[in-house]
Amino acid sequence: MSDAGDVKTLIIDDKEVSALRGQTILEVARENGIDIPTLCHVDGLGDVGACRMCLVEIKGSNKLQPACVTTIFESMEVSTNTERLQKHRRTILELLFAERNHICSVCVANGHCELQSLAQAQGVTHVRLPYRNPDLHVDASHERFTIDHNRCILCTRCVRVCAEIEGAHVWDVMGRGIDSMIISDLNDPWGESSCTRCGKCVQVCPTGAIFDKSKIGDPHPKYPDFLPYLNLMREAK
Amino acid sequence: MTIEELEQIAESVRRENAKFDYEVSVCMDLACASQGSDKLRDALVQIAEASGKKVLVRRTGCMGPCSHGPLVRVDPYKTFYGHVQSGHAAAIVDRLGGEPVPDLQCDLNEHFDSQMRVVLENAGYIDPEKIDDYIARDGYKALVTVLMEMTPNGVVHRVTESGLRGRGGGGYPTGLKWATVAKAVGDVKYVVCNGDEGDPGAFMDRSVMEGDPHRVIEGMAIAAYAVGASKGFFYVRAEYPIAVSRLTMALREARRRGLLGINICNTPFSFDIEIRLGAGAFVCGEETALIASIEGRRGTPKPRPPYPAVSGLWGKPTLINNVETYANIAPIMRNGGKWFFSIGSERSKGTKVFALSGKIANTGLVEVPMGIKLREIIETIGGGVPAGHKLKAIQTGGPSGGCIPADMLGLGVSYDALMAAGSIMGSGGMIVMDDTSCMVNVARFFIDFCRTESCGKCIPCRAGTAQMHTLLTRICNGSATMADLHLLEDLCSTVKETSLCGLGQTAPNPVLSTLKYFREEYIQHIEQKRCPAGVCKFEAVEVTA
Repeated sequence: MSDAGDVKTLIIDDKEVSALRGQTILEVARENGIDIPTLCHVDGLGDVGACRMCLVEIKGSNKLQPACVTTIFESMEVSTNTERLQKHRRTILELLFAERNHICSVCVANGHCELQSLAQAQGVTHVRLPYRNPDLHVDASHERFTIDHNRCILCTRCVRVCAEIEGAHVWDVMGRGIDSMIISDLNDPWGESSCTRCGKCVQVCPTGAIFDKSKIGDPHPKYPDFLPYLNLMREAK
Repeated sequence: MTIEELEQIAESVRRENAKFDYEVSVCMDLACASQGSDKLRDALVQIAEASGKKVLVRRTGCMGPCSHGPLVRVDPYKTFYGHVQSGHAAAIVDRLGGEPVPDLQCDLNEHFDSQMRVVLENAGYIDPEKIDDYIARDGYKALVTVLMEMTPNGVVHRVTESGLRGRGGGGYPTGLKWATVAKAVGDVKYVVCNGDEGDPGAFMDRSVMEGDPHRVIEGMAIAAYAVGASKGFFYVRAEYPIAVSRLTMALREARRRGLLGINICNTPFSFDIEIRLGAGAFVCGEETALIASIEGRRGTPKPRPPYPAVSGLWGKPTLINNVETYANIAPIMRNGGKWFFSIGSERSKGTKVFALSGKIANTGLVEVPMGIKLREIIETIGGGVPAGHKLKAIQTGGPSGGCIPADMLGLGVSYDALMAAGSIMGSGGMIVMDDTSCMVNVARFFIDFCRTESCGKCIPCRAGTAQMHTLLTRICNGSATMADLHLLEDLCSTVKETSLCGLGQTAPNPVLSTLKYFREEYIQHIEQKRCPAGVCKFEAVEVTA
């Protein structure tokens, strides 16, 4: 990987940076202190490019590309924070807030929620769209954890961590479009599923959708940082 | 199999057919079959036998003008009978050799004369369940010749030279796609046929698969040879059971004739095809979702690049083309790339099959050279809008397309012209609307389609189409304000620019194109609570998505 031919130079937001071949725009940007907002991406899991928050503009193409899965090339010029991108990011966040029932003040993740902080960082002050107020259930059948579908943004981090890291593949997605739901096993109650009780999905869930029952009433920060370390140690073996 | 053997088969079919004085072909495609053409065929066979006349009664695939069905063609006279029921069989057989039955005869000369049939050249002339019928009309000649005389590079070159562009809707140059897969590194490569036709009002691919299945198989085999693949998948939606059974039978027959399998024509080339059924998701027509579906996973798209040409099925280089694209390959190989290049308009070559439907006299399948004026398709071939009503708009490209207003009938049909007009070529659906259609309601219909067919993976498509549907519903029931319209336009831009796959990226097109040409209609709905077409009922109720 490290021979000289594999090192590329490119420009991100007018800043000249160097990168290794095969790296994604997101990796390179973050290495160089340039923040690109993300929701479905979490370090240590495979990327799906689904949340569209990390879309960036690449010079020479009118099409927006997700930074998490787009690999860099020599002399690439990337803009990560144009007015056009900001507008789309705010609209996407509004779509999320209006999609299900996000009420920060009563949420276990209040103050530690990636959706909440992202909206604040992106300057979302109002939601112009009509709230859909869907009738969704809360599955508290598990002895330690709860999944509240009202707060789920379908980022599929739980699905990926369970399949890729834990190897259990308890979580998956059912239905399609606006009716998509995260399910455990074949839509069984979580408490009766093949869950290994490892709790990885709790730590990667960006909102208060999946939480630890013992944390209700207390601050509930999530710690997804174990993933890159876990991957590293597994590879080292 | 050699060219000589193919010739022998063709000769024996011709000899067999020459024993008959008359050929009566009965269209058994879905539209005709649903009106009893199977009973009609049985009656014709019985009565013909009893009459003592030498009559060959043949079952065929779609003849085209479905609105006249059940259709019967009598040769050698090329007489068309429309709306034929089994009770008419006696009269038809009786009049053979004399004047045609006056009540049944329909004049379709104008309808057919303005068309140019390449993909549909066999439609209505062969029994789709008989491989020998296909061989008798030059079938598999292209494949055998290609294997005997051409290099894979030569095949790719000929396709490139033809100027053929993908018929699934995107219009990507086919030759370029083939060249990319041919050059991709990999010991295993795949060829996939996308038969997941799902646009409302589109049935071109179904008719080709049902009426001339070997043509598509031959195209796939030639493609496999060109790109170096030995395994193919035919992805057909399960809602097309007749297509599935015809293809299954066709594959079996092709294997029996040694045109699929190991060492085809005694060359080192081996190729076989497996059928995979779609489970009813529109999004599986998107190539990365289709790949996931074939692999047995949930049919959701993936960001591209990597393109399937480099990393497709199970990570291997994969060529994916639409049914109609493959159907064009054999004629290109037989007649040469230059022949194909000479048909059509500047940047859109060859012909295109359209499924005409809606408020038009001759609904059904038509095939026209690219560049033909919309007016000719609608008025000459389609027979115009039935009397008493006025043409309002033409919807092309299904839920990814748009509405072209009646005053743009002078538009030549090509990928670029339709795109510039705010619609797309799409796979070939063409819905004709008259003054009884409300354009806001039409846009709402298509957004509703996209909303229910969105896979739910990316946010703008999943939640954006649902919100657009809410706003359009408000406009249709009179509870919207101008602010809702602006919000709708805002959403269109975000959904279009940020969605992951083609479904979301094109979902706003029906709204954008109707806003472009019929904005006044939206404003009348909002400000005057009036629907010019009289479709929308204004009960001012609050709606949520």
